Parts: sequence; structure tokens; C-alpha cells
Amino acid sequence: MTIILTAILILLSLAIVFGVILGFAAVRFKVEGDPIVEQIDGLLPQTQCGQCGYPGCRPYAEAISNGDAINKCPPGGQSTIEALADLLDREVVPLDAEHGEEKPKTVAYIREDECIGCTKCIQACPVDAILGAAKQMHTVIVSECTGCDLCVEPCPVDCIDMIPVPVTPNNWKWPAPVSDPNLIWTDRGRGHLLQEGTE
Amino acid sequence: MTRIYNFHGGIHPPENKRQSLGAPIRQAPVPARLILPLQQHIGKAATPLVEVGDQVLKGQKIAEPTGHISAAIHAPSSGIISYIGLQPVPHASGLESSCIVIETDGQEQWCERHPIEDYRSIDKKELLKHIRDAGIAGLGGAGFPTDIKLNLGKDHIVNTLIINAAECEPYITADDALMRERPNDILTGVEIIAHLLQPSKILIGIEDNKPNAIKALRDAIRERNLPIELVVVPTRYPSGGEKQLIQLLTGIEVPSGSIPADVGIVCQNVGTAAAIYRAVIHGKPLISRLVTLTGFALGHRQNYEALIGTPFSVLLEAAEVDRSKMFRLVMGGPMMGISIEDDRIPVIKTTNCIIAATLEEMPPAPPAQPCIRCGMCEQVCPASLLPQQLYWFAKGREFEKARHHNLFDCIECGACAYVCPSNIPLVQHYRFAKSEIRNEEAEQQKAAQARERFEARQARLVREELEKEQRRKERAEAAAKEQARKKAEADATPSDTPDPEAELKKLKSAASIARTKLKKAREALKNAEEKGLDGTEKLKETVAQLEEKATAAESAWQQATGTEQSCP
Repeated sequence: MTIILTAILILLSLAIVFGVILGFAAVRFKVEGDPIVEQIDGLLPQTQCGQCGYPGCRPYAEAISNGDAINKCPPGGQSTIEALADLLDREVVPLDAEHGEEKPKTVAYIREDECIGCTKCIQACPVDAILGAAKQMHTVIVSECTGCDLCVEPCPVDCIDMIPVPVTPNNWKWPAPVSDPNLIWTDRGRGHLLQEGTE
Repeated sequence: MTRIYNFHGGIHPPENKRQSLGAPIRQAPVPARLILPLQQHIGKAATPLVEVGDQVLKGQKIAEPTGHISAAIHAPSSGIISYIGLQPVPHASGLESSCIVIETDGQEQWCERHPIEDYRSIDKKELLKHIRDAGIAGLGGAGFPTDIKLNLGKDHIVNTLIINAAECEPYITADDALMRERPNDILTGVEIIAHLLQPSKILIGIEDNKPNAIKALRDAIRERNLPIELVVVPTRYPSGGEKQLIQLLTGIEVPSGSIPADVGIVCQNVGTAAAIYRAVIHGKPLISRLVTLTGFALGHRQNYEALIGTPFSVLLEAAEVDRSKMFRLVMGGPMMGISIEDDRIPVIKTTNCIIAATLEEMPPAPPAQPCIRCGMCEQVCPASLLPQQLYWFAKGREFEKARHHNLFDCIECGACAYVCPSNIPLVQHYRFAKSEIRNEEAEQQKAAQARERFEARQARLVREELEKEQRRKERAEAAAKEQARKKAEADATPSDTPDPEAELKKLKSAASIARTKLKKAREALKNAEEKGLDGTEKLKETVAQLEEKATAAESAWQQATGTEQSCP
């Protein structure tokens, strides 16, 4: 009988001690906000285009953390879906065609002689990348444009084009190697032959 | 005698250097058109100072550095600026970039030069500015602006200056020729660098396959009795890599992600030292460099002193190229160079070698076969990396893992690909992975910027809405106040002193009314008296009363106007 009582007492006191520790930890190390939303938001391309159906990248990040599908972001494309799947431990799914398709990176360009200065595109731009004032010509700050398309629709004179970002030596990428006879890999072997032949 | 240390790995490819050392340095012809890319160095592209149609003199600055890490560009010959815009440039992509094109006039007329005879007597800042103005960038291959390496500031103490004369890559002999023919230029340049950095030790590292250059330098050092030590290292590729040479000469391994200056070492190429000599002592900016023209498709395989901006085709013609034999054109050496398609591209500050190779010399690479995990690449990697692992990660697009395996410490020397029995183009895989990672980083940075701007905009919209609300409230309050004030005013008006003008008007009208009434009464009285009617007595009374009233009103009005006029 005493053995049982002792056991119960010990377990009870252990439970109380751990309960106090856990309760303290819950208060002391409380995490403000939802860190997973921050992480998801960090993976999204921040074009703020709203193609996912949410008013910006952060709301979509919040929706994903609440269980929404991860394949609604066309600007991010397949690589973003893969990164999200990796982060959230979900299945990799193809991009949902309903929300648009993955397109090459573009940047907005205003045909300035056609612009009537209505400021509608300025109000539509989510990142304030369009410069101008009422009845003044508008122009796009190329380095800040995310290529979200949102300014094209409101323009009453259709003077905004989305043009693909040009490839320059500064943003050019090495292609993945293929079996290309032009690759310089080495002059092994051939050089030996040559030296024997000429010198 | 300094002890020579060792670095991991390395290979012994056939040197093929003798072909281009048979003849002395030759002056390349001045071409009709000089093409000067604005970006010939690491850092930001230079900003043009000239416009199309401008006349420029040889050595005149035509573009100035943009920001801190950048280099100036000078006109290599006199002539007229004919075009500023896109031109093919020496770049792996084969793309076009912004260039300044000069139509030369053949006069070779120099602009005013500012040589510094005694560089020791002037301020170091002045001397550094002079070197920056001369547009000098590392001539060894990377093209890092030299003035930045020489101006490390207080946080770096330089104890060892290493002059890189190793020139380990096959075929290239530009530094070798320079050392043979102009050892004193190099040594004066080294003295200037040493004056700026004040190192406690100066070492020149040179491979033992250049006996003539070693002799020339050794004699010059002895003759001038300089505190410079010439260290001869065994020939092994890539001993001329900056970190590898430092390890060979000092035994110090520069940590991953650090620069040599972090361990108190500065490394400069011999060509750069000679360029500093010309800039300081002769006031000549960097407008020409030595280029090795070699390969069996050329008639004259030798080193040329070419103006920066000379198109490759002009040099190839000068070297009597046999285009029917030329199978491929390579810029740089056979290990780290790149195949180029277009020979209109110009020589830039980092162009050290052009190889016009025949089919026998550089046949097409055999097809890549599967990796057999032999581990030979690991044994030769001079950066002590795991090339095989990096290959798998790059191929599988696991870039994060590749980065954790120090992909960015890879110097792309090509030793791993050289020994690979399966002929896998390993370096190409690493370049691909590196540019993918860099691109991803750039995109992430852009996303962060976009997020910041988006959030700033949201905050601004909320603030504007609040401000609007605030203003609306303020306006409503102000309107209510105004109304209250008006009402109060209206109430207060009668009790206050009357308006004198209105009062005057009233008096006037009262007087005239009284007058009219009196007139009418008098007429009525006259009428009654004439007709002999009753009540004349009463009428008389009324008239008298009215007369009294009219006089009173008249006098009151007269008085009022009188006071008005007398005291306005």
C-alpha cells in the first residue's frame, strides 16, 4: 500500500514540477506572430500581383499557412512551389493553370508620347514604381518594377507594354552544360602528341 | 632563401609556351577602329565623358569610374569618337555591351601627360589618385581595380607583398616576355607599390620554367640592390592562382570567404606593376597591354603590345592567321579560357592570350560519360574541394548543398576536368551552379526590396486615409465654429452702437415724411378755409403740431449731418 502511495506521490510531484516549468516556458519564450508565415512570405516572389486571388504576397502566405494550396503563384513558378513544398513538407504539385502560367520576367514600359497623365497606373502599382503626376507624362522606374501586370488593365489608352527583361552580360547565366564540342575542357593528350611532333 | 611550401593538388599539363617565345615583343598595328567596352574590370561600368563627334587625344580620359570599385578608361590613340553604344565584347555570353568606338587618325598625338618624377616626395593619397586616374586594373586576369588593393586603410596591415610572376597556364607567355625584356619597369612598379603599402617583405613568385625571365629579374634586382626576394617555385598548374601562390610562398592558407589582405598579404601581377610604373613615372595611363598570340593557325606566334580596344581580327591578321587551318579561337589559356565565335571583339585590360588553334591542337571535346567515382578530381583540386560532390549537386540542381560544400571557393582552374577519365565538363557544371545561385540571390534581394516598397506603400495609404479623416474632422469643426461665431454676431448687432449711416437715412426719411405730411395738412387747411368747412380749428391745431414735428425732424437731421461732416 505504502509503495503505491509513494509512487503516486512521486509522479504527482514530478507532474507539478514539470507543469510549472512548462507553464513558465510558455510565458517566457512566447513566440510573437506566426514565424511560418514569415518563412512562406520569404519564399514568395513579392510581385504583389494578386494572381493568387489574395491582395498581395503576405495575405497569400497567411492563407498557405492556414492550409491553402501552394500552386497559385505564377510569377514564382515551379521553383517556388518546390521551395514551399520543401518548407511545409507537402506534395510538389504543378502550377494551377487557373491562376495563370509561368512567364518570362517582364518589366512595364509606358509609351510616353501616348500617355495622357491620368495617374490610374500609379494608383494600381503595388510597389510605387511609376513616377508621374496628373496631366504629366508617367514613366516606370525599371529597377523597382516587379512585372506584376497590374498597371496594364487600368490604362485608358493602352499605352503600357510588358516587355521581357533584356539579357545583358551582367545578368546572363551560364547554361547547364550539354555535350558541346566547343567546350574547352583540357588539352590533355593532344598536347603531348603535339609536343612530340613539333619539338 | 625562403622556404617553399606546398598546396593541395595541381596538375602538369603540357606547357606549349615555347612557341610564342621565339621572337621579341612586337608592336601591334594601330587599328582603324578602337572598341572600348565600358566594363573591362570587376565592379561597375565606367561612365563616358565624351560624346559622338568629339576629337580625342592619345591618353585622354574618355570614361571615369562609377562609384568606388570601378576603373577609368582612356583613349588608346588619337582620333574621333564615332559611336557610343552596343558592340560585341569579350564575354562568355557572346552578348553585346556598351562601348565607346574611336576612329583613329593615325597621328598618335598624345594629350598632356603628368608624370611624377619623385613619387616618394608627394602625398600617398595624391599618388593613389594618380594611379586611379590611370585606369589601372589587375592585368593578371580578374581585372580588379588596382587602386583599391593599394588603399586598404587602417584595418589591414600588410606585412607581405607578393608579386605574381608564376604565369602557370599553358600557352600564355605575356608576363614571361615582359620580365625578359622590361625587368626594370616591373621593379620600379614594385617599388611604388611597396612605397604605398610599406610591407616588411617583398616576394616575387615565379615558376621554374622561365629561366630567362628569372635571370633577367635576378640581375636587375642585384644591380639595383633592392630588398626583393625572387622565389622560384616548381612548375605546377595552378601555382599562379592568388591563393595557391600565397600558400606556396608563405604557407598561409587564405580562409574561405576572405581576401588575402585579411591575412596581411597583397598580391599583384607583374604586368600590373609595370603598368603602375608607366602611369607614375611616364604619366601614361593603361592604354596598351601585352597579348600572347599563339596557336598553330598563326604564322607569327609571339607576344604583341596591343592597344586596348584593338579588335582580335586585326591582331590575327597581323600574326598572319591561316583561317582555313583555324578550327577555333580561344580567349585566355586552354584551361580557363573560353571559345569565342566573333573575332570582331576587342582586346580589353584582362586579355592576356589569344589562341588560334587548329583541329589537331584542340579537337572537339569527347562526349561526357558517367562519373565512375574514381576520385581523381579530388586529388588535383587546388582549393581542397570535393569536385565530385559538387558535380552531383550541380547536376541535381541542389544548389544549397553545393554552396555548403564551398562551391564559391572554386577558382574554375579546370584541373578536375583535365584529369577526369569520363571527360565530364566539370567546370561548366560549377559555372552553371554558381550563376544560378547568384541569380537566385539577386532575385531574393529584389523580392526583399519589392516587399519593403509594398509595405511602405501600404503604410502610406493607411496614413493618408487617416490624414484625410483628420482633415475632414478639422474642416467640420472649423465650419461649426464659424457658424456659431456668425450667429453670435447677428445677436449682438442691435445692442451695439447703431450704424450712423442707417441712422442718418432714417432721420432724413423721417424729416421728409414730416415735411410731406405738413404740406398735405396745410393744403387741407387752405382748402377748408376756402370752402368754409367746419373743423378748421382742429386742422389748424394739427398743422401747428405737424409744423413742430417737421421742424424737430429737420433739425435732428441737420444736426446729424452736421456732426457727420464736422467729425468724420
